[in-house]
Amino acid sequence: MLKQDRYGEFGGCYVPELLVAPLQDLEDAFLEVCANLTFRYTLEILLKNYAGRPTPITDAIRLSRAINGPKIYLKREDLLHTGAHKLNNALGQCLLAKHMGKTRVIAETGAGQHGVATAAACAHLDLDCVVYMGSHDIKRQSPNVTRMTMMGAEVVPVNTGSATLKDAVNAALRDWAHSFADTHYCIGSALGPYPYPQVVAHFQSVIGEECKQQIKPDMVIACVGGGSNAIGIFSAFLDDPRVRLIGVEAGGYGDDLGQHAARLKELRTPGVLHGCYTYVLQDDQGQIAETASIAAGLDYPAIGPQHAQLFLENRAQYFFVRDDEAIAAQQLLAKTEGIIPALESAHALAYLIKIAPTLNEDLVVLVNLSGRGDKDLARDDMKNAGET
Amino acid sequence: MSRNIQSTTIIENQFARGKVNVAYLTAGDGGIARTLDAALALIAGGVNMLEIGVPFSDPIADGPIIQAAAQRALKAGVTFADILALTAAIKKQYPIPIILFSYLNPILAMIRSGHFAQLTSAGVDGLLVVDGECATNNLLQAALKTTALVPIYVIAESTTPSRIQLINKKAEGFLYYACQRGTTGVRENLPANLIKQMQMLRSQAHCPFVVGFGISTVLQVKTILQYADGVVVGSLFVDAIAKGISLTDLTHLASSLFATETHQEVSHDFIS
Repeated sequence: MLKQDRYGEFGGCYVPELLVAPLQDLEDAFLEVCANLTFRYTLEILLKNYAGRPTPITDAIRLSRAINGPKIYLKREDLLHTGAHKLNNALGQCLLAKHMGKTRVIAETGAGQHGVATAAACAHLDLDCVVYMGSHDIKRQSPNVTRMTMMGAEVVPVNTGSATLKDAVNAALRDWAHSFADTHYCIGSALGPYPYPQVVAHFQSVIGEECKQQIKPDMVIACVGGGSNAIGIFSAFLDDPRVRLIGVEAGGYGDDLGQHAARLKELRTPGVLHGCYTYVLQDDQGQIAETASIAAGLDYPAIGPQHAQLFLENRAQYFFVRDDEAIAAQQLLAKTEGIIPALESAHALAYLIKIAPTLNEDLVVLVNLSGRGDKDLARDDMKNAGET
Repeated sequence: MSRNIQSTTIIENQFARGKVNVAYLTAGDGGIARTLDAALALIAGGVNMLEIGVPFSDPIADGPIIQAAAQRALKAGVTFADILALTAAIKKQYPIPIILFSYLNPILAMIRSGHFAQLTSAGVDGLLVVDGECATNNLLQAALKTTALVPIYVIAESTTPSRIQLINKKAEGFLYYACQRGTTGVRENLPANLIKQMQMLRSQAHCPFVVGFGISTVLQVKTILQYADGVVVGSLFVDAIAKGISLTDLTHLASSLFATETHQEVSHDFIS
C-alpha cells in the first residue's frame, strides 16, 4: 500500500485504523487521475477559465528602491480567483472527489482562504460543502466567512482547544471518520496523513511550473504555514542547486512556546500530529502546543513533512519574522506598489526586507505572493492600518 | 527478543478464564486518585481488564465525552509519573491485565523521557496506540523491542480483508475490533453488520478478540459476548465518572452490564 509515503523519515500515515481504508482509496484514485488525460485536461481548463491561470509575475521596482534591495519579482497568486493560491489545490481535490463518486466535501480552514476556495470549487462542481473553522479565526477573518456562506457552504465553528486551525483539522477528521463513504476531506495544505502532502504538493506545483517559464530566479522566498504555497513554488527549482530556497515561518510575538508558530526554531522536536510525522511544537509530555501568529493561515504547530526534509537536507533554509514585521511589510508593499498582500504572504516580504541590504542589487529574487490582504482589513487590530 | 512471559501470560490467562470485560478510563480526569478509585470500583463490578488512557491535546478518534475527559485531565496537570503510579497501584491490588491506551505523540515523548522503559514494572502489560497504525509502525519498533509490552492491534469496521490478514499475522495478546465508524461515544444501536463481522473474525483470528466503540447497554454486551471473547465499555463509564457517580453506583453500573456466573468466579479469585 504505502509507496513513496515519506520524505526521508518525515510524513507517513499515522492514523486510527478506521481511516486506513479511505486513505488507501484516496491514494488509488489520485494515482489513477494523475495518469488520466481527461482528468488532467479538465483540470487545466478549470484552472484557466475559472481560476484565471496563469498568474503574472510583477516587477516590484519601487519596493526594491524603498528597501535598497535586489531585483524583486512577485508571483501573483493573490490574483487567482478567490484571492489566494488555495484554489489550485481545491479545484484539483474537488475534481478528484467527483471522480471518486463523492457527493460531499469537507475542509478545515485557518485564514479562510482554503475554505473559500473549497466553497467556490464545490459550488462550481456541484458538491455539498462543509467548512470547519476555529471560532477565534472566524472572528479575525470574518469577510471570508461571509463569502463561504454566500457560495453555499456550511461554516461550522470549532470551539474546542485553541479554536484555531489545528482544532478545525481535528473536527474535520472526526467528521470524516463518520462520513468517508460519501465524503471527501479536502485538506488545504501540504500536511496530514499520506497521501495528502503529496496530493497537495502536486496540485500546487502549477505555481512553480509557470514560474520556470516566466523567470530565472536566484532566490525564491515564500511563507510557510502548512507549506503548500511554498512547496508549490519551490518544487520547480528543487533540482537546481543554484536557486536558493527560503521559507519564512510565523514568529508571532515572542520566543516562548505558545507565542509563535516557528516549528524550525531551536529545540525542534519531531512528533506526530494529524497523521503525519514531522517537526511539531509540543511540550515535554507530548502535548501539542498552542501557537500564536497575527496570520491565521500560519498559525499551526506542525510543518509540512517535505519542508522538514528540505530543512534537514539544507536544500531550503527557514527563518521567521515577528507579527509587527509582517504588518509593516504589508503596509510597505501597499504604499510602494499598490498591492495589499495577505498577512501570511507579508511574512515572506518581511524577511526579504530584513536581508535586502545584504543582497547584491542584481540578484533576482522571486517572492510568492500567496494571497491578497482584503480579509485582514476588517479586523479590529487592523482598523488603523491605513495610517502610518 | 520475546515478550515478557509474565505480560503475555497474564493476558492469556484472563481470556482462558472466560469472557473479558474491559473498561476504558482517561487517566487523571478528576484527579489521579479519582481514576484509581474508579478503576477499583469497576473491578469490583466485574471488569477484569483495564484500558488506561493517556490524555492528549488533539484526540482525533474521540467524541465529545472522552475529548472532555482528556481536557480536564490535562488541566489537572496529570503527568507520566502519575499514570505509572496509577497503574502500579491498580496492579498491586488486582492482578488483571492493564493496557495503556494512547495516541502516538505522547508515547514518543514517553520514550524520550524514559517513562516508556518503566511501563512494565509499573504494571502495564499491553500498549494500544490509537493512531499508531501499528501493523507497520516504524517509530515504535525499536523502543518496543526493549520492553516487555504486548502491542495490541486494532481492526476497524472499514479494514479490508487483505489488511485483516496482515494485522492478524502480527497480532499478539488479543485483537481489538472497533465496530463502528466515527469516533468514540455512546451509541444507541449496534451496527447492522456486526454479527457477520464477528463471525468473520472468529473464523480468521488466531488470538482472542474484543469488541468496542459505543457499547453501553447490557443487551449490546450480551449480543457481543455470544460471538466475541470480550467487550469494551469506555464512554459510558467516563461520562458517569465526569457526572460525579459514587463509587458504589459505579460498581453497580459495571455489574449491571457484566454480571454473569463467570463474574462470580473471577471476583472470588480476587478476594482470596
